[in-house]
Amino acid sequence: MNVLAPEWAAALYLVAASCFILALRGLSSPKSARRGNLIGATGAVIAVITVFLSMKIDNLPWILGTIAVGSLIAAPVSRKVKMTQMPQLVALFNGVGGGAAALVALLEVPHNTTVWSGIATAFTILVGSVSFSGSCITFAKLQELIPTRPLTFRGQPVVMALVLAGALASAVVVVMSGSLLAVLALLGLGLAAGVLLVLPVGGADVPIVISLLNAFTGLTVAASGVVLGNVLLLVAGTLVGASGTILTRAMASAMGRSVAGIIFGAFKGGSTAGSATVSDRPVRSSSAEDVAILLGYAQKVIVVPGYGLAVAQAQHVMAELAQALKDRDIEVVYGIHSVAGRMPGHMNVLMAEANVPYEDLLEMDEVNPQFKTADVALVVGANDVVNPAAKTSVGSPIYGMPILDAAAARQVVFLKRSMRPGFAGIENELLFEPQTTVLFGDAKESLSKVLSSVRAL
Amino acid sequence: MDAVTTLTIFVLAVFIGFEVVSKVSSTLHTPLMSGANAIHGIILVGAIIVAGQAESIGVLVVALIATLLATINLVGGFVVTDRMLDMFSGRASGRKAPEKKGEQL
Repeated sequence: MNVLAPEWAAALYLVAASCFILALRGLSSPKSARRGNLIGATGAVIAVITVFLSMKIDNLPWILGTIAVGSLIAAPVSRKVKMTQMPQLVALFNGVGGGAAALVALLEVPHNTTVWSGIATAFTILVGSVSFSGSCITFAKLQELIPTRPLTFRGQPVVMALVLAGALASAVVVVMSGSLLAVLALLGLGLAAGVLLVLPVGGADVPIVISLLNAFTGLTVAASGVVLGNVLLLVAGTLVGASGTILTRAMASAMGRSVAGIIFGAFKGGSTAGSATVSDRPVRSSSAEDVAILLGYAQKVIVVPGYGLAVAQAQHVMAELAQALKDRDIEVVYGIHSVAGRMPGHMNVLMAEANVPYEDLLEMDEVNPQFKTADVALVVGANDVVNPAAKTSVGSPIYGMPILDAAAARQVVFLKRSMRPGFAGIENELLFEPQTTVLFGDAKESLSKVLSSVRAL
Repeated sequence: MDAVTTLTIFVLAVFIGFEVVSKVSSTLHTPLMSGANAIHGIILVGAIIVAGQAESIGVLVVALIATLLATINLVGGFVVTDRMLDMFSGRASGRKAPEKKGEQL
């Protein structure tokens, strides 16, 4: 329908773009975050209505039907998804957005008249498909469909370089001739590049990569705005691209990592999940039975949960173990570090999901004085948040970060998958202290074994 | 749109994008990412335009796939962000947002 004059459509797009700016600003502060999100959604609705009213749109029943189907798929999934699965859902949404942009640009290839829009088209197809396949891999990693550790193979940098060179060549052909073959090659090489980009990234760094791919998708949407001559797409996409870049850097620095280090770290041979040298000093490792005895005959146990607990989905076993200890009249509380986990507030929500009583979850200020009187500090899948280097070693990447004072407990038990350092990539001195024992293995398996041993005591 | 206008809009939007999120607290990193993710779902507008001008069945099918994907991005993005913020509210309120550096494994 052409009921709206172009000037009115442009004005409404301006309103929508303003909504997006206000949405991003709102989302940056806790008080206004929810309202910000609603303003963003309002802007999107305004924009979609505007496009229907301002342009000649054929195939209307098909389009409306598809939108209905898409909404019916997306809304219930988003409503029901578990908290621990939200990061991968965001990754998936990001990927399909990039895929949609690439398809839109692909269809516009025959309509390209200028070099300028040709370049924008090639950019959208390439980066959109990188974003799509990259997001699919991050989804698979977070969902543990594929191993979360960095996946590398010999000659990966060479393959990546060849793929990028091929993509660049195809892009040039697309701009010059618009040949369908080159378009498909560009699409395929873009998909391959996305896979190669994300495979070497360690599971711990995946959230930062999602944020980076999010910025990529934003830029593709901006470029598709150039292709279609639509100012709203240009503005909205650029906003997301720019704010996404800032956000990626902020997330990386909050975790003590650099973006380039994450992306290229694995190519250089080092694992991005902790690239510092692992020393071969001995640690005291022990069996599940020994840990069960330590716990079962303690009077007070403080549990320090971390990301390892979340990835292993071990929160329910953890809660069962705590209950089993309580049944033996042992005092059990949880020490929650505010940045433990992958989402701010991750541990609170995670333990709440396992029906751990709210009063058992103690904030850092509350729990730290209690470690002195604790018999055992049970550190499950956490590392940097109990690393004494934050207090003692000036110049350490985590120096100055407030930590949980687990070192003060009479005994410290680490449940760890390996000796790999935490996010900050530095060794934890606490692991080598005489009061420390380490039980290696997946948190869920280890906890189940400890639980059955405690029950057998 | 001519190149200069496009470039002008682009550069100004970059500055706004930098500016609006420059002071975000680490508590809100995840919801902000999710919200920004929802906003680029606006590619739906582009998908609708292409689908609305499709003249062959092949183009229409591809455009409808794009429409479907874009709708999932847009609708799902806003809904999941809202749920995320719902979870944070209650706990986040009344407490100062943490601005500590470092996360751990």
